[in-house]
Amino acid sequence: MFLAVLIALSVSFLLILVRLIIGKTTYDRILAANSIGTIIVLAISVHGFYMGRPEFIDISIVYALINFIGTVAVLKLFDKGTLGDK
Amino acid sequence: MINSKSIALFLFLLGFWLLMSGHYTVLITSLGVISCLLCVYLTIKGNFLDNETIPIYFFPRLIQYTIWLIKEIFISNITTAKVILSKSEEPELFSVKATQKTNEGKVTYANSITLTPGTVTTQIKDNVFEVHALTKEFGDDVRGSEMDRMVTWLEKGK
Amino acid sequence: MLDLSIQIISIISFVGGVFFILTGSIGLIRLPDVFSRIHAAGMIDTAGASFIILGMILQSGFSLITAKLVFIGIFIFFTSPITGHVTANLARKKGVIPIGKTKGKTL
Repeated sequence: MFLAVLIALSVSFLLILVRLIIGKTTYDRILAANSIGTIIVLAISVHGFYMGRPEFIDISIVYALINFIGTVAVLKLFDKGTLGDK
Repeated sequence: MINSKSIALFLFLLGFWLLMSGHYTVLITSLGVISCLLCVYLTIKGNFLDNETIPIYFFPRLIQYTIWLIKEIFISNITTAKVILSKSEEPELFSVKATQKTNEGKVTYANSITLTPGTVTTQIKDNVFEVHALTKEFGDDVRGSEMDRMVTWLEKGK
Repeated sequence: MLDLSIQIISIISFVGGVFFILTGSIGLIRLPDVFSRIHAAGMIDTAGASFIILGMILQSGFSLITAKLVFIGIFIFFTSPITGHVTANLARKKGVIPIGKTKGKTL
């Protein structure tokens, strides 16, 4: 059952990767990267259950935090041209 | 200095520590309590502890609002899935007025609009929101302003 | 008996989550412009993530893992609208023209 969920998550990862490559605008690519991040967070947790070691949840919490901070930081970099306050 | 906001912040931080720790010995838990007290002290010293950090007057009606919001999100998820699979999208862009008084209320309303799939807040200026909707029905939902009334009701507290 | 029903509910919720995630990915490819694609990404973040996390909660029983899963769900629930709004706002500010009708006065 967990293996089936993992395969479905991989398929949707590949579908979103198509959008990330053809892109058109930068914002499409950022959006696709954020969605891939969400899917990776879910996939790490499901993989932990599949291997019988649910302690993988800690890694996926850290991944969720970094995914959010990273997306907002990249968007701020495109908006202002710098990450600092200058 | 010790008021309901600082106590609520301390309880949130302590809950987060206990969630992440997993070791419940006396030494480690007391270290956690000390760190949480230090964080609350620094927050008070830095003047960060106001209504925007802990909107405590939201809490009495928060549970009822969350249940209503989850129901709305579920319904519009199904509608969005239908629209995507049946290729019947007709996007539109429009403005609505928000009736909330405070900044926290406006943030809650804008985030609730964006959290519901099918509608996204694109820009905010004073109390006018610019909303992008996937179909005309989603646009009518926002223009009917049921969510606006719910957030205003939440903002009033008890 | 109780175990069996919990297993069945968990499988149903996994199937629902996978359905919403795959539909969201198809929408991310198929929809015409960046503002419409934000709706599909929002669907992955709300319905897909919630249903898969619900399925894992039912599988894990009651322990600290359950609380951590709930925390991940709440965190994704809170951050999804922020990234969506920031992306839409920046695309609008930098002059991406949305496809479709524009009703009334916009900002």
